[in-house]
Amino acid sequence: MTRKILLLLAHPVLERSRVNRRLLDGARGVEGVTVHDLYEAYPAMQLSVRREQKLLLEHDVIVFQHPFYWYSTPAILKEWQDLVLEHNWAYGQKGHHLDGKITLNVVSTGGPEQAYSEQGFNRFSVRQLLAPYELTAHLCRMTFLPPFVVHSAFHVESDAQFAPVVVEYRQLLEALRDGTINLEAAARLTRINSALPVGEQKGTP
Amino acid sequence: MTGSVLVQAVIYLAAGVLCVPVAKRLGLGSVLGYLIAGVLIGPSLLGLVGGGGHVMHFAEFGVVMMLFLVGLELRPALLWDLRRPIFGLGGMQVAGTAFVVMGLGLLAGAGWRVSLSVGLIFAMSSTAIVLQSLGEKGLLKTQGGQSAFSVLLFQDLAVIPILAVFPLLAAEHGPALSLAPGSARPGWLQALFIVGAVALIVLSGRFVVRPAFRFLAETRLREIFTAFALLLVVAIAALMQAVELSPALGTFLAGVVLADSEYRHEIESDIEPFKGLLLGLFFISVGAEIDFRLLLDKPLLIAGLLLGIVLLKLVTMYGFARIFGLEKPARVITAFGLAQVGEFAFVLISFGQQTHVFGEEVGRPLVAVVALSMLATPGLFMVLERWVLPALAARMPQRSQDAVSHDDAAVVMAGFGRVGQVVGRLVRMAGYPVTVLDLDPEIVDVLRRLGQPVYYGDASRLDLLYSAGCENAKLFVLAIDEPEKSLEVAELVRRHFPKLEILARARNRQHYYQLRKIGITHIVRETLGSSLELGQGALKRLGVRAHTAHRIAQRWREHDDAALEEMLQFVGQGDDVWLTEAKKALANFEKAMADEMGGRAHLKDPGWDNESLRDEVNARFAANR
Repeated sequence: MTRKILLLLAHPVLERSRVNRRLLDGARGVEGVTVHDLYEAYPAMQLSVRREQKLLLEHDVIVFQHPFYWYSTPAILKEWQDLVLEHNWAYGQKGHHLDGKITLNVVSTGGPEQAYSEQGFNRFSVRQLLAPYELTAHLCRMTFLPPFVVHSAFHVESDAQFAPVVVEYRQLLEALRDGTINLEAAARLTRINSALPVGEQKGTP
Repeated sequence: MTGSVLVQAVIYLAAGVLCVPVAKRLGLGSVLGYLIAGVLIGPSLLGLVGGGGHVMHFAEFGVVMMLFLVGLELRPALLWDLRRPIFGLGGMQVAGTAFVVMGLGLLAGAGWRVSLSVGLIFAMSSTAIVLQSLGEKGLLKTQGGQSAFSVLLFQDLAVIPILAVFPLLAAEHGPALSLAPGSARPGWLQALFIVGAVALIVLSGRFVVRPAFRFLAETRLREIFTAFALLLVVAIAALMQAVELSPALGTFLAGVVLADSEYRHEIESDIEPFKGLLLGLFFISVGAEIDFRLLLDKPLLIAGLLLGIVLLKLVTMYGFARIFGLEKPARVITAFGLAQVGEFAFVLISFGQQTHVFGEEVGRPLVAVVALSMLATPGLFMVLERWVLPALAARMPQRSQDAVSHDDAAVVMAGFGRVGQVVGRLVRMAGYPVTVLDLDPEIVDVLRRLGQPVYYGDASRLDLLYSAGCENAKLFVLAIDEPEKSLEVAELVRRHFPKLEILARARNRQHYYQLRKIGITHIVRETLGSSLELGQGALKRLGVRAHTAHRIAQRWREHDDAALEEMLQFVGQGDDVWLTEAKKALANFEKAMADEMGGRAHLKDPGWDNESLRDEVNARFAANR
């Protein structure tokens, strides 16, 4: 089986990005991935709900790729949630259009990994901070996967240095596409990066 | 003492010019002013003019014009909406009043013929005075105003059958039954004539008059346009007289037919001054008509009759309005408004004498009573406005206030070209009614065919601004492209409607500053938005991110607006000062933009990419290692 992946990119200044631009370049080469650059599509942040909903219907995996701003997403993604995930379309008694789809966030943070832990400077893991996304997925009856996180984004200087992460990201997307990922095992992780639980197909529909 | 026409004209005009403004200042209203002017120059006081009879004949044309304008205000749809009050309340009022007066007449021992005819005469009210007064007091659009209007309309219609009935009431004569009085034609032919005339008015209004107006508008000869409007009214009046129908009714009909034409406002403001003057003349004649000798001879009879009829009409009208289910404020407005006897009564009285329904001994006191009751109307309105309505309003605080404020179009727009069309449609789609004026007949024609309510007219004419509803509008959108015309209109609106907010389109910076000088603050430079969009598009084509290009363009606008504002203080200080300061402002602007962008195709926006934060985090990371 092959799943179709929708990559929703939210970066207001991608031209100055270190991580997201490189990740995006990597993802563009993966077959079955549709890249949808939100700030490019809606320069004045006026979203087309119909267009967004149509894209969602056409895909099985929804990836939100964005930098971590104030422990959350850039503004346009909030707008996207508010407007696109309509009652009785995405959720509610008559809202079953997203049922069973898989969703995850791909996040870059400035701080290092150890800062995002109970003992660390930020006290919570990225997965914990993404609780609103986990609950949104739950409400829309989607399968939530833990985030793919790139820490220490400020540290990234060259393509060569970052290449292993891009490979990891492409592997994740390919595994999602081909259904070679154990969703149940994956769902228990804090972050999905290198520990791709490959193999058994128990959790896949 | 009559003298030449010129001397007469001087006397009438001078009396009007002297009395009306004074009366208006004193809060008495213009109608009372004209009436007083008439009394002053009439035979009873100064004797400058004879009995108003001959002038009155001419001045009655003012009433005809007024009904044309009334018709022009009434779209057929509105007329249809009012059918219930017109025929229900109007019919009840005319029949009811006539029968009550007739009953009283019979009790007083008069014959039934005289009693009935006097009843019908007294049932009439004054369309001229009431509409003018209701309009002046802003009551016309209230429920009461509309009811009064409906009743008046029915009365105007009723005059025709009443004129037909009068000859039958004459004791001595027994003329053949005909639809119109004194007609030489047999009834069926007369009926055919009437139907034919009405059809002619309706059809030619649709298919001849409108193209003619369009043709004349294209010639841009304003006086010919006016002449044609006048010709139209006079011709219809003549036609109606030829078929022995009321000219007022005919012109009213023509007005209704033209009510949804694009030239409505233009025709309205062309006819308006003629109507005003002729009506004024009419009121002056009424004033002059009052026979004060009769008043001195039989003061008690006249006073009794006057008081009796006014009270009777007031009470019965209130009763009818109550039966008809009107609200209390509407009831009193209708009752106080219609308490006088109207100008049609003069016509009916003279006709009654001609057909020998009654003699001069009845006719003369009737004329005096009717004229005095008209004279009393402004007083009644004053009582209504100062005491009755406030007392009612105090008892029901939220009621009477609402109705007046949001009527008419919320937005008046001048100019419906490339810019105006978008603005007008946008605003209308958002649910705000817009009245649009444009001076290009071709544009108006094309847009009307597309179903847009656009009117032909020159927005630099004050009368047109009034008839477009500037007094009650919330916003005036000035979208004219020629700067000179735009400034002219802006100044006019500013001076005469100081409370009306203006949103203006500026052709260029110079025009912008000129508008600012007049005191207009909401100005949009017409090319700025599209230039910025083009610039934004160019950046995008060059590979700049769309959101970034958008933000750069917006930031540009902010700095450009600031520079524009900064330069305002140097307007009119001479070319040298201006040039130096303009150079400075330009340098400041460029520096500000450069600071924002740092020489690259994006804004700095440190919140999204903070170098100092990056350094700090990296340093801490290194230390922790």
